[in-house]
Amino acid sequence: MTDLSPGGTLPAGGALSVLPADHYLHPSLPTVWFGAVMFALTMYLALDGFDFGIGLLYATRDEEADRETLLAAFGPVWDANEVWLVAFGTMLLAAFPRVYSKLLADHYLVTIAFVMALLFRGVAPELREQRDEERWQRACDRSFVAGSALAPLFFGLLAGSWVFAVSPVSLPAVLTGVGLVALSVVTGAAFLAAKTRPELAASVSRYGIAATAVYLVGVVALLGVVVATDASGAGTIRSIPGVAVVVLSALAGCFGVVFAHREQYRAWLVSAFSLPILLATLLGALLYPTIYPSTGLTVADAAVSPLALNMTTVLGFPVLLVVLWYFRFLYGVFSGPVRSESYSP
Amino acid sequence: MSLTAYLASCVTDGGIVSPMAGFLSPELASRAQFGWTISVHIIFAALSIGLAPFIVYFTWKDVRTESAVYARLQSFWLKIFAVGFVMGTVTGIPMSFQFGTNFPGFSEVAGELIGGPLAFEAKMAFFLEAVFLGVLLFGRDRVSDLQYVASSVLVGVGAWLSGFWILVVNAWMQTPRGYEMISRNGMEVARLTDPVAAFFNPRMGWMYVHMVNAAVVSVALFVGGVAAYFVWKKRDATAWQLALKMAIAVLLVTAPLQAVHGDAYARHVEDTQPQKFAAMEGHYETGQADLHLIAIPTSPDSITDPRAENLFTVSIPGVASFLASGGDFGAEVTGLDAYEENPPVPLVFWSFRIMVGLGFLFIGLALWGGVRLYQDRLSESDRYLKSMMATTPLGFGALLTGWYVTEIGRQPWVIQDVLKTSEAASPTLSSAEATGTLVLFVVVYVGLILAALAVLKWLIEDELDRIDVHERPGDSGHGPIPEVGGDD
Repeated sequence: MTDLSPGGTLPAGGALSVLPADHYLHPSLPTVWFGAVMFALTMYLALDGFDFGIGLLYATRDEEADRETLLAAFGPVWDANEVWLVAFGTMLLAAFPRVYSKLLADHYLVTIAFVMALLFRGVAPELREQRDEERWQRACDRSFVAGSALAPLFFGLLAGSWVFAVSPVSLPAVLTGVGLVALSVVTGAAFLAAKTRPELAASVSRYGIAATAVYLVGVVALLGVVVATDASGAGTIRSIPGVAVVVLSALAGCFGVVFAHREQYRAWLVSAFSLPILLATLLGALLYPTIYPSTGLTVADAAVSPLALNMTTVLGFPVLLVVLWYFRFLYGVFSGPVRSESYSP
Repeated sequence: MSLTAYLASCVTDGGIVSPMAGFLSPELASRAQFGWTISVHIIFAALSIGLAPFIVYFTWKDVRTESAVYARLQSFWLKIFAVGFVMGTVTGIPMSFQFGTNFPGFSEVAGELIGGPLAFEAKMAFFLEAVFLGVLLFGRDRVSDLQYVASSVLVGVGAWLSGFWILVVNAWMQTPRGYEMISRNGMEVARLTDPVAAFFNPRMGWMYVHMVNAAVVSVALFVGGVAAYFVWKKRDATAWQLALKMAIAVLLVTAPLQAVHGDAYARHVEDTQPQKFAAMEGHYETGQADLHLIAIPTSPDSITDPRAENLFTVSIPGVASFLASGGDFGAEVTGLDAYEENPPVPLVFWSFRIMVGLGFLFIGLALWGGVRLYQDRLSESDRYLKSMMATTPLGFGALLTGWYVTEIGRQPWVIQDVLKTSEAASPTLSSAEATGTLVLFVVVYVGLILAALAVLKWLIEDELDRIDVHERPGDSGHGPIPEVGGDD
């Protein structure tokens, strides 16, 4: 029977009772979780990043047919992509609750601005197709483009001020934001180029090439500013892994430009998506082991107690593998050229 | 003082701003903002949970029978589901971020207990729903029939699992178990000691059944109301007659279940959260409790006073004791006088009455519909069709007021007897920031609600066109006469 008195507990039972409560399943489990959180962030940057890019490139399309093609590429996947943000946030909360609460409470306005931008980006395409009326569709278009531009900008402000322990309106944070906007255009253009008809692909790839240049210049400027001002993370950037990430990004960017020029869009897709992976690797290097630089909180200090982390590991990691498997199914179903079909036959 | 200087002073004051400036305290603004965002979000979340079984059924029948009737119902309700899901996503993400932005104390103290379930919600449920809804909406001609039906089932499983993990968190906030308080980084935080006890805490089962059933009742009323409208417009609209019958059949089971279950649930609340029960019943002095049908403070000054004692009441003696104890009219029930700080009683008391009253109304409607169905006179009765139409949104109203009872009734605690809401609120948030974002959320979410209602209106207009109902020019509101099209 259930014990109803306050503080009473059920007897611990089932498979979970074998989990150790006094030590982590492996001593490095907090580090593994740091990696898992950064993995979710990588997925978010890469996947919702190209959604933002589609939204930004949408602004360059005047033909209704082109716009519908872009929306058809965006429609089936954006919501699932956005869930990686929720996965990132909730995994951060589950493993490092103090970091979650500090990060969001310390960056109140920029966080609210970010989720508002996501809101305007998300509802616009859904509302747009509900009514065939010029003014309504233009309003939805504006909301879609503005949300797609502002969401990566604000997310970059948030990430930049977290990682470099600076104000969201400082130069490093602003450069991170601009960098994420440019990166979104790169991945968005590469994704569209691989999935649409040749003329459209050639047109968006020009924007993708320009954005690659902006992104690389932005990253170099950002890291230069951080090193010059000796902001948090300057040491990591000067280290060999820091330099390696920058060099690899430059190579991936340059190869991407070449592939885009030669209309080798599949190869471009691979090199374009290696950019957010490299960026997230750099962010991870900057946040380890001091996961909240402005207070000096480390991964070990911020991690939850062994039982909680063991439990989320045993229950959560297998599920994460299943998620990745059906993500592959989703992208498999919608692989190949975009068809601008809508809901019902 | 210039505006910028003034705003700067608001920020530097750390939140102590004169009420004359029109700013709310950060804590009050945060509570209002969270309450408002969840009030909007929960409607869309409940729509997903309640509509999912209908979608699965329509999809399965559509694929199996290839009947135009099911194809029609599947297409119409899937559009509503899709809009509701997008609205749920975009309103829910800002809500979950407010655990950190507005209530960092809550996240930090309860992180070990709530973080796991919230992460499971994202990984086991939200992904499932989002991925397979993509397939369901856009992939009809890209997947096999089996994969298509399976996608609808997985969307439904995602919606119901999502509710499960969210309610694990909320139930733990009502009846926390499986934890101990420890000191970490200079703060008293909860440490998980027993995941099974924490997740399957005493409230969990009650809450899940009551919430999921409430979602199904709400959606059955919504489906029934929309169907009644189409039947009223066009009596021989086969698809909508079927939808109306289905809604009534579902209501005949779920509406009475909600009342029977709710009665037992209330006793459980009296056992585990006596203060909330006392607020629900407006019961001030510990002892035998009367059931107040109405309770209003006799002095206008006391309207907002949670401890008001001079009440005008219409009461049935001992019945609250009877309900709380499960049969004893003289049972002692703890009163609000036993506590130093109480929730805003009038809100809890009246929310509870509205919820219960609506619940009985739904049972009445279900029974009335059952009789009409049995007599095979469902689409003849204007009065019944109009009653169903009028009730379309009320299920969501009952669901919201039920949540107000649960959440406002737990105040001043955010985690019962563990953490007060005032301790959970952000210490760094300023009044200007909190009030500003509150206004922003109110404006934007009102806009979203209006957009959702506009979409519903357009979908209904399209469907009227499709079933070939034309309003006569100038004939507005007063019994439009359906014109039957040749091809229908």
